[in-house]
Amino acid sequence: MIHDLFIDANRCIGCRACVEACSECPSHGGQSMIHLDFLDRTQTVQTAPTVCMHCVDPSCAAVCPADAIKIDDNGVVMTAMPERCIGCGNCSLACPFGVPQLHVEIDLMMKCDLCYDRTSAGLKPMCATVCPSGALYYGTRDEIEDLRRTRATNTFAFGDAAVSTRNHLMAPAGTASIHIHDGAGHSGRGLSRAEQQLGEALC
Amino acid sequence: MATLSATVDELIEAYGPHLSFEPPGGFANRGAVDRRVETHCCFCGQQCGVKLLVKDEKVVGVEPWEEFPFNRGKLCPKGVKRYLQNNHRDRLLHPLVRTGRGFARIPWDEALDLVAERFERLQRAHGRDSVAVLSGASLTNEKAYLMGKFARLAVGTRHIDYNGRLCMVAAGAANLKAFGIDRAANPWADIAATDLILVVGANVSECSPITTDYIWRARDRGARLIVIDPRLTPIARTSDLYLPVRPGRDSALMNAILHEVVRLGGVDHEFIAQHTSGFEELQRTIAHYAPESVAQEVGIPARRIVEAAQMWVQAPRTMLLHARGIEHHTKGVENVLSCINLVLATGKIGKPGCGYATITGQGNGQGAREQGQRCNQLPGARDVENPQHRAVVAERWGVPESRIPAKGASAPEIIEMSHRGEIRGLLSMCFNPLVSLPDASFTRAALERLDFYVAIDFFLSETARHADLVLPGSLQEEDEGTVTNVEGRVLRLRKAVEPPGEARPDWQIICDLARRFGAGEHFAFSGPAAVFDELRRLSAGAVADYSGITYDKIDRQMGVFWPCPDDDHPGTPRLFEGGRFAHADGRARFHAVEYRPPAEEVDAEYPIILTTGRVVSQFLSGTQTRRIGPLVAHQPEPFVEMHPRLAAKLDVADGDRVRVVSRRGVLVLTAQVVATIRPDTVFIPYHWPGERSANRLTLRAYDPIAKIPEFKVSAVRIEKIAAHAGRTGALPRFAAAEASEP
Repeated sequence: MIHDLFIDANRCIGCRACVEACSECPSHGGQSMIHLDFLDRTQTVQTAPTVCMHCVDPSCAAVCPADAIKIDDNGVVMTAMPERCIGCGNCSLACPFGVPQLHVEIDLMMKCDLCYDRTSAGLKPMCATVCPSGALYYGTRDEIEDLRRTRATNTFAFGDAAVSTRNHLMAPAGTASIHIHDGAGHSGRGLSRAEQQLGEALC
Repeated sequence: MATLSATVDELIEAYGPHLSFEPPGGFANRGAVDRRVETHCCFCGQQCGVKLLVKDEKVVGVEPWEEFPFNRGKLCPKGVKRYLQNNHRDRLLHPLVRTGRGFARIPWDEALDLVAERFERLQRAHGRDSVAVLSGASLTNEKAYLMGKFARLAVGTRHIDYNGRLCMVAAGAANLKAFGIDRAANPWADIAATDLILVVGANVSECSPITTDYIWRARDRGARLIVIDPRLTPIARTSDLYLPVRPGRDSALMNAILHEVVRLGGVDHEFIAQHTSGFEELQRTIAHYAPESVAQEVGIPARRIVEAAQMWVQAPRTMLLHARGIEHHTKGVENVLSCINLVLATGKIGKPGCGYATITGQGNGQGAREQGQRCNQLPGARDVENPQHRAVVAERWGVPESRIPAKGASAPEIIEMSHRGEIRGLLSMCFNPLVSLPDASFTRAALERLDFYVAIDFFLSETARHADLVLPGSLQEEDEGTVTNVEGRVLRLRKAVEPPGEARPDWQIICDLARRFGAGEHFAFSGPAAVFDELRRLSAGAVADYSGITYDKIDRQMGVFWPCPDDDHPGTPRLFEGGRFAHADGRARFHAVEYRPPAEEVDAEYPIILTTGRVVSQFLSGTQTRRIGPLVAHQPEPFVEMHPRLAAKLDVADGDRVRVVSRRGVLVLTAQVVATIRPDTVFIPYHWPGERSANRLTLRAYDPIAKIPEFKVSAVRIEKIAAHAGRTGALPRFAAAEASEP
């Protein structure tokens, strides 16, 4: 039984243990299939791990001209088949979450396949096993909602486009769906309480 | 005589640091492994459980060890990639002797004879104490014990100390004063069970990442988090209250919080009356620390200090955690005592989910400070100046009491004495003071003045480059032994592979050397288990009592918390239950602490506060982590972190090269402009040597009791380096240092 990944970027400490652990997975050949982003290091230490959300109706697979991205019976969106991938990069452009990364040197798209060789054998993915802050968690929705005050959501609205995913983001209770806007009309993010308190420092 | 015998480039070419990115044979050929060895990470004091993967007698990878209770499989990036230190091309494989041009191989017997001959010659000419031993806190309990016994009984010098002097000593001294024992008061499980966590000067997410998990588990239950730090660290970002303290003002701030707690009626008078002494004097002292009177000095608005006190009083259970942020000061001991005062005055210790701990930094930071390799200490955390303690140790060692030398010099003092020519011979193991001690140019000059320096290590550290003789010892995974983690939990390290080439387990090197010093009868050990057996028996009746701990019990219980005084005892996860402390009268002690300023205040010439610390991908002086490619890729170079307001004043943009100048030296670094640090403070991580060494800027000012250096406060100025070529402005006074060797 393959469970789901739950991502709580609020807990992420930017250590990259997930990225390094991913590269140690026996089938990854030293290559990490996930990445870690500093959102805006000038302003904040906030970081976020980016793993594949495994969309129910993945646009990466839909736009692939070579039909290289397959979805298995468990709903896991697999990394591109090397013999088919033509390295066009359509998938990278189409993914609403910015997940697939094109490796131009080998003309191949690579992305998280939910640690298929581990999870299908009853193990947890490397990233969620090592994550020291719980920003990545592998298990069931009931388990994580029992442990935490945040709630899992797996429906997103990118403008008018609705996307539902196998993996979940953790959000404050009462968040039914996450709406992502194009940024127009927004003046940037708000400051956290601690960031405001740093602004009060007497120098 | 210990100036470098080859250029730095030549030494790097031969001995590194080079970067290792892949297991032996590459990832593609790793395939099925032969065995998985359950052991622990070689880096920090968390000592996370980890399984090392072994194939064809080589360490080829890592697998999380989810059954181990402390970290439950969780690891930081260092733990994931630590295996790449094995099979490394830089590994020292043979004893090496200095020649006119670099180093040359020498047989083991000749090398060991040379140590004894040169040390004895120096001691005959200049006295027994003209030679010193510097040891490390990454060593197992067994090795730490051997080092202390070796220095005292074999070499016969009083001068043995260790690099924990840069780490745990301020907390240790304060804990001993206040509680009569130096160990985390609570198991880490109590962090997850508390209602309020107060983190004081601890960059938890980068320096002890696994502790992040405990903090979040508490917060998942509704616990609140206060963080005190000049930098808005990842754990501080989401805190409920963040106090951006000005570096060097911690004791004033903690006094003010306690002042407000008293005013709010949050003091536990019953606990104070029954279990402590000294509160009256403390009360008189803190009366002068009203939040509004210290706000400007500590750099935080009074209302936030009040808020912290309110949160502390309201929380039924609290955990106060601190680390080097308050300990790396000329008043490190006082800063720690000011934290302990708050805990004791409110009776918030010795209960489930309620207590106090310092977050020990080094791999065996806890255990290596108990086995007698400190200048003031004998095994069992006994006092080398206490006649009864000396008598017990002498009797169990089978030597007259007079054979145990008196208290010796601390590690920084050993360097100072080497500089003055009072110490002429040095043996070091797993200590890289050229990178880790303050005022690196001074440390280098001290090393250059030694008549004979022998380094035992697995890689040629920047310090070991200065050695006359280098002995290849063992990596952590090449030997058996025990370590004691941040909680006081004694753990087993299991050997995964044999040392390569002619490299040998450290304990064998020390025992063989001891025989050459004529002390073989005291070092007839068959292996680490025999050493552990002696050290645990010797610790019976001492504060750090390991006598009931065996390798078997550690395996059965997944670790044993000391004190563990007999075979049937399960160990002691939580100290001070029922308000019983380790002083003879069972009471804890308050210590009134008056705030005093740091050793070097900012002024017109050096107007900016420099504070130094670590990044998550590197460990301490970097001897290991600067050789692990994926970790170096995270952070290849140091940087100077500054607030946009300061950057604007200096006309510096993110990514600009700047010159950071102190009274000791100058560094050229890239500016990282971030709004997550106080505008009056800059930060530089210290893991690098030479022209990238933050410790070229720091000063040789020490805590009077603990002798810990003041890494967290120096005064600097910053000069923008003009982007165009041919700039002719006045060169800084220390420009020469830039051109000298790393």
